[in-house]
Amino acid sequence: MSRLLDRLNFFIKAKKGRFESFAHSHGVTTDEARDWEEGYRKRWAHDKIVRSTHGVNCTGSCSWKIYVKGGIVTWETQQTDYPRTRPELPNHEPRGCPRGASYSWYLYSAQRVKYPLIRARLLELWREARRDKGPVAAWASIVEDSVKRTAYTSRRGRGGFVRADWEEVTEMIAAANAYTIKKHGPDRIAGFSPIPAMSMVSYAAGTRYLSLLGGVCLSFYDWYCDLPPASPQTWGEQTDVPESADWYNASFLMMWGSNVPQTRTPDAHFMTEARYRGTQVAVVSPDYNEAAKFADVWLGPKQGTDAALGLAMAHVILKEFYLDRQSGYFQDYARRYTDLPMLVKLVEQDGHLVPERQLRSSDFDGALGETNHPEWKTVAIDADSGEITVPRGSIGFRWGEQGKWNLEEKDSAGNPIRLRLSNLDDADEIAEVALPYFGGKSHDFFEGTDHPEVLRHKVPVKKVTLKNGEAALVATVFDLLVANHGLDRGLGGEYVAQSYDDLQPYTPAWAEKITGVPADRIIAVARAFADNAEKTCGKSMVILGAGINHWYHMDMHYRAIINLLVLCGCIGQEGGGWAHYVGQEKLRPQPGWLPLAFALDWNRPPRQQNSTSFWYLHTDQWRYETLAVSEILSPTAPKGDWQDLTLVDYNLKAVRMGWLPAAPQLQANPLDVGKAAAESGRTAGEFVADKLKSGELKLAWEDPDHPDNWPRNLFVWRSNLLGSSSKGHEYFLRHLLGTHHGVKGEELGGMRDEMVTANRPREVRWHEKAPEGKLDLLVTLDFRMSTTCLYSDIVLPTASWYEKHDLNTSDMHPFIHPLTAAVNPVFESRSDWDIYKGLAGKFSELAPEAGLGMEKDAVLVPLLHDSPGELAQSEVRDWKRGECEPVPGKTMPGVALVERDYPGIYQRFTSIGPLMEKAGNACKGIAWKTDEEIEFLRHLNGTDAEGRPKIESDIQAAEMILTLAPETNGHVAVKAWSKLSQVTGRDHTHLAKPRAEEKIRFRDIVAQPRKIITSPVWSGIDSEEVCYNAGYTNVHERIPWRTLSGRQQLYQDHPWMRAFGEALCVYKPPIDTKTIAPMLAEHGKEKHLVLNFITPHQKWGIHSTYTDNLIMLTLARGGPLVWLNEEDARQGGIADNDWVEVFNANGALVARAVVSQRIRPGTLYMYHAQEKIINTPGSKVTGHRGGIHNSVTRTVLKPTHMIGGYAQLSWGFNYYGTVGSNRDEFVIVRKTEADWMEE
Amino acid sequence: MKVRAQIGMVLNLDKCIGCHTCSVTCKNVWTSRDGVEYAWFNNVETKPGIGYPKEWENQNRWKGGWTLEDGKLKPFQGGKARLLANIFANPNLPEIDDYYEPFDYDYQNLQNAGDVKAHPTARPISRLTGEKMDKIEWGPNWEDDAGGAFEQRSRDANFEGVEKGILAAYENTFMMYLPRLCEHCLNPTCVASCPSGAIYKREEDGIVLIDQDRCRGWRMCISGCPYKKIYFNWKSGKSEKCVFCFPRIEAGEPTICSETCVGRIRYLGVLLYDADRIDEAAHVENPQDLYQAQLDVFLDPEDPEVIAAARAEGIPESWLEAARNSPVYKMAMDWKVAFPLHPEYRTLPMVWYVPPLSPVQGTAKGLGLIGADGEIPKIEDLRIPVKYLANLLTAGREEPIVAALRRMLALRAFMRARTVEGRTREEIAAEVGLSVDQIEEMYRVMAIANYEDRFVIPTSHREQVENAYELKNACGFSFGGCGLFESKPTGAP
Repeated sequence: MSRLLDRLNFFIKAKKGRFESFAHSHGVTTDEARDWEEGYRKRWAHDKIVRSTHGVNCTGSCSWKIYVKGGIVTWETQQTDYPRTRPELPNHEPRGCPRGASYSWYLYSAQRVKYPLIRARLLELWREARRDKGPVAAWASIVEDSVKRTAYTSRRGRGGFVRADWEEVTEMIAAANAYTIKKHGPDRIAGFSPIPAMSMVSYAAGTRYLSLLGGVCLSFYDWYCDLPPASPQTWGEQTDVPESADWYNASFLMMWGSNVPQTRTPDAHFMTEARYRGTQVAVVSPDYNEAAKFADVWLGPKQGTDAALGLAMAHVILKEFYLDRQSGYFQDYARRYTDLPMLVKLVEQDGHLVPERQLRSSDFDGALGETNHPEWKTVAIDADSGEITVPRGSIGFRWGEQGKWNLEEKDSAGNPIRLRLSNLDDADEIAEVALPYFGGKSHDFFEGTDHPEVLRHKVPVKKVTLKNGEAALVATVFDLLVANHGLDRGLGGEYVAQSYDDLQPYTPAWAEKITGVPADRIIAVARAFADNAEKTCGKSMVILGAGINHWYHMDMHYRAIINLLVLCGCIGQEGGGWAHYVGQEKLRPQPGWLPLAFALDWNRPPRQQNSTSFWYLHTDQWRYETLAVSEILSPTAPKGDWQDLTLVDYNLKAVRMGWLPAAPQLQANPLDVGKAAAESGRTAGEFVADKLKSGELKLAWEDPDHPDNWPRNLFVWRSNLLGSSSKGHEYFLRHLLGTHHGVKGEELGGMRDEMVTANRPREVRWHEKAPEGKLDLLVTLDFRMSTTCLYSDIVLPTASWYEKHDLNTSDMHPFIHPLTAAVNPVFESRSDWDIYKGLAGKFSELAPEAGLGMEKDAVLVPLLHDSPGELAQSEVRDWKRGECEPVPGKTMPGVALVERDYPGIYQRFTSIGPLMEKAGNACKGIAWKTDEEIEFLRHLNGTDAEGRPKIESDIQAAEMILTLAPETNGHVAVKAWSKLSQVTGRDHTHLAKPRAEEKIRFRDIVAQPRKIITSPVWSGIDSEEVCYNAGYTNVHERIPWRTLSGRQQLYQDHPWMRAFGEALCVYKPPIDTKTIAPMLAEHGKEKHLVLNFITPHQKWGIHSTYTDNLIMLTLARGGPLVWLNEEDARQGGIADNDWVEVFNANGALVARAVVSQRIRPGTLYMYHAQEKIINTPGSKVTGHRGGIHNSVTRTVLKPTHMIGGYAQLSWGFNYYGTVGSNRDEFVIVRKTEADWMEE
Repeated sequence: MKVRAQIGMVLNLDKCIGCHTCSVTCKNVWTSRDGVEYAWFNNVETKPGIGYPKEWENQNRWKGGWTLEDGKLKPFQGGKARLLANIFANPNLPEIDDYYEPFDYDYQNLQNAGDVKAHPTARPISRLTGEKMDKIEWGPNWEDDAGGAFEQRSRDANFEGVEKGILAAYENTFMMYLPRLCEHCLNPTCVASCPSGAIYKREEDGIVLIDQDRCRGWRMCISGCPYKKIYFNWKSGKSEKCVFCFPRIEAGEPTICSETCVGRIRYLGVLLYDADRIDEAAHVENPQDLYQAQLDVFLDPEDPEVIAAARAEGIPESWLEAARNSPVYKMAMDWKVAFPLHPEYRTLPMVWYVPPLSPVQGTAKGLGLIGADGEIPKIEDLRIPVKYLANLLTAGREEPIVAALRRMLALRAFMRARTVEGRTREEIAAEVGLSVDQIEEMYRVMAIANYEDRFVIPTSHREQVENAYELKNACGFSFGGCGLFESKPTGAP
């Protein structure tokens, strides 16, 4: 085109060359030179584009183009080259978000950690000690001298860093590790790193080092409270979800407590676009958020009452689609895929008839012909014959026999059956069954109703004869569920509803009172949801999120929603089901990664620990517990001394029964125990069991405050524990770190002390004075100066996400793609792989000085899910109380002797060990041989002097993952599917055979993201025909869910579940954490507000990452903020942008207020993970710098999450266990002024 | 007829998730340097809100755009004489606080603080004064997600004629996002306002640029632009603005903000228009007629006469073909679901917007679910007042907005009938004046929205007017100077 200028010029006429006017001389065209345009063209130019991503804790997993110009990373934009979806689906590009787009800011910014940093006072001590001592002796001389130790521990978080060099800090850390192992035991070294999927190799670097030492890997998913226990409870599945593209297939989408545009930014378009396909959209959220913008209808329930809303919707669906009319699709689905037809025994208790266990074949004469695990096979009535039958698929079929663990409509013998849902038409009698009701509990801030705590409902029951002639009344789960929802089936009763307007639990009118959502909207949405599901065979979907999972009674919220989906046949159907994306990014090639990460190629089992319990114990939050078990116990609890124990006692009980792990494990060095056990001539199990029984050995958690039982060294990497996830942040500072803190609890006197005294544990030992400063050494690896870095003793600079090679996957999309180095690590940073490799090298050198050679380590292992251990305890018996003998792996943890080669740590770190060939590989209860893959890796990676495949570099480690995983190696996928086929008796290999020859390698995904291969480790399939959807293979391949009944388990019959009233889903109001009243006594006179403290995920960061990024801070308001309702603000005398102080007995924070109409009155939102490192003044209440969002929280454990050894209720790392809830908290809010606390 | 071709943009606000990725990627590439810290060539505003800079839509305050005075089109800030008089003291120029005081943080303190009593924090530092700031008072996105008191946010000019009373309540909250960039107008006031003649509209693609060699920093363009999308670079002493990523457009690539738009709301395509009719369109008496007047300037790319005239102007065939496949033309002209931003400014803007649907109002009787019982929600039940949208996009005329929203709802109902019921309900399309083919094409472009359907951008044809052989061999060499602002000292000819 011409180089002509177009002008619409008011002032000057062009002087030369072409001059044409147009638009009646309004414009002129001239031909002046435009060479200056080159300037902008040069800005756009670049030298190369490199593919990487952001290894941050979000499910995004977006592939990015990193631009490099003159050797400098300049900016990033999203890749648009994802393999395409089907023609009828939108494609994935350009996945990304503003946070990721701002990442390059970090690389060269002043916030970058550029060199190793160390606390100056520690460095002085170290140099002094090293003058005349070896490294291990030097470390001993510092930490064994309380004055020296306190000199640096008490300075944590208060500045004083100096630049160090790599050699010196590596030696110090290795020495500390060696000293700790020798003095206390390897299980006193712990490491915290979350979300392996975001950078698998970097995670594995640290856990491989720890696992070779015998150190402890701490979980994250449960601690973050992103693990929804309702998922393993219902499905035996950690969390499996549809890929985001599947939202597009839904024709009813409900976003419930999940702010999709804000927190699932890269995928939100599938939701917005689905609307043009005619998808109905409902949003449930207490604030009018970004998701609500896309709703057809917005329901704004009072926060924390979501279960009530869900139960009322189920009330409508049960009535209209199951009772008044029977939907054929729903009936069929309920019979085949749920435990609704299963029979539950009813027993007399306190004059009531209450539902007890699900009946098992072992309850009958001759166990109904079952010889293998009859106590783990549930029973139902065959609708055609009216006889009791043992349907296939229950967990008893999974272990000890083959070929019958499937969901075919057959009994154990292979006869066709059709299970009966209800006994209404064939009842032997109508019984009154007592069900617990918690909605009458009084709460200062939540509405209740004045129904009694036990509601009697009429239920059709059958009389059956059990073994030894015992007569029993039984009911189906379905009939109990209908009763629980207060529906009248023509049987009458005091607490049943005649219409939706009756104020009976759980009618829409009742829910309106609890939630504030108009009943007519509840009814209409429920009806539309079910109607859509019926018409489309299950294409109704709920995207649900942390918003409702972070409450103490999150299981009730989630189960209420899951029930809707199950009742409407949505689970396992494309375009349907539950979609929970919080906090785990689905490490897709998991079976390839596990051996690398936990050094399973060298020694098994690893030490893995549920973090929630770990932090609760070691930060002494249990000492401040205000929640009495009596407050949460069900009025229908089975007989027992439930109320005599406190929450921490429950945890201890769970540990000794083998339900939950504990670290440290024993009040003894496990190397000493291992040695003694080996010398005893007995098995390690027998040895430990005897010593525990006699009391010669104690579990460490019987006395967690004893110095023998403290964690001593802690590594934090890929994480900002203290600035982000440390619920009860101030307790961490006080007890774990031993520095300044804002805990107000103990100083308040009066009522709080009484509460704490009343809640003193019965079994866990109480010290009058709690320890402060348990950790000898805190080491953090990071690229930015986070709050955790500021509290650390040593900070190691890591390579950023544009400076290393790694792997990345997500549950949101089916691709695997890499992080690659656009530039080498800048300044003195190193990749996590190289840092831990360096530590391994130095440790190997120092081990002899510590007297560490080949050692025997006694490792305790809990009863694991997906292992035969999940059938260990069909009844609850506590050996400590003499109810049974301590039998390792049965009534107590298993005990293994693991050989450690301490001088050989480096060699083990950098090569693949012999166990992969000797013992094969396994995942989720399926095991297969893997020698061909190891041989392949010898050729691919090369071998070390001993002929082992090398994993010296991060790329070699990535190749190990890719080669061993069925998800990235088609040949392995076929092997794994054949193994599962043997268990189910059905051939599933057709799912992987078409891709059997594919081997995805690192450079392949550098070229373009690749689609994952279908694997039995996951419950959906990766195919060209359907989107990935959780539960798909359960429904379409008839593979049972990994639950007691093998079906979706809506009835939880474990005694502890019944004790806490959660056999069926019920409504429970939030708990009372009692942190306000004692503070009001002191501060109540000043103008203030009391608000519910909510911490949703935020827009300007992924957790704490990016919240210190200048670009994000500019687009937000530049520092910590809290949001509150405009009307509330007016009453509290708070204007927009005022500084406010937010506090309770746990601590205090200072932030600026954003007032807004969109926030529900009564709540204070502090978007998650805003740190005190930016723009944070001091707090008047604590006298210290204002805290982080978790300064006003404290975590509270729930006994039902501790259950183990019981089918799906069995512990797994990041799979089941205690979760760190934090949302039931209230705070006092008042206006303040900025005090910068500058000296 | 004088046929011109321009790359126009449509932003579908009904899909905008308000994520600001567009702003960040744009800032990284174009304004991350000294002198333009406060400048966002692309920004996103939460509406209702007063925006960035403050109250930019209040032309009574800023006097941007054009006015009709006695039938004559004049820049609102004044004609030639007034402009020259104000050159050294422009009363209509926003001050830095109308944007925001740009800030940074004392990050070094986190690593360098010695033994201190309190946990170190990085305090904000003004990038204007270098001093620590006690409190940040405003930013480029201060009202994000309805942040701030309703009373303050509702100073938004688009509330004119809207009953505000009940809209302040929690239950009735509404919000939408408005991403904004230079409009690359057909009748740009900035060009007309520049005393130096430094601003021009490229003939070949319509991109409006400020010649950095010729700009003298008078800043009349800043006050002249009613969208406040020109920024003064204090370091270079010149004004800068969105360049529509012309180096990318020339290569057939979408602008950065478009390609990185995660909501996939942005469309780029060629529009043919009759340059000779610009002044008459801008002269239309009733502001509410300006939307139609601008539609009338656009030319039908299928019309043989237009094609012939375009060829006569030297418009390349690839551009004519792109015009025939233009998603912008489809949305603006065929389906009439896209509208210009504030046509009453008379600049004939070329960045257009699809208005957003919204949930039914808290008090509405209907549930709002599409296709439930065969119903389509009533437009008056939606919580964003139609009048508000009309004030934003059609100078207050409601009918076109209602028609567009009804078409979008019809698309949803039509597709629901197809996906859930398996039926093709022609009557749904017919009721809103669309054929089945049209509604299917709407679905493909707006829902499936593939990259190649969102962005239909012909490459430039420099080879036709320059010595491409020489350019290929020599372009990029510029020894002795590097970069835009060092090429010539400020003020040099």
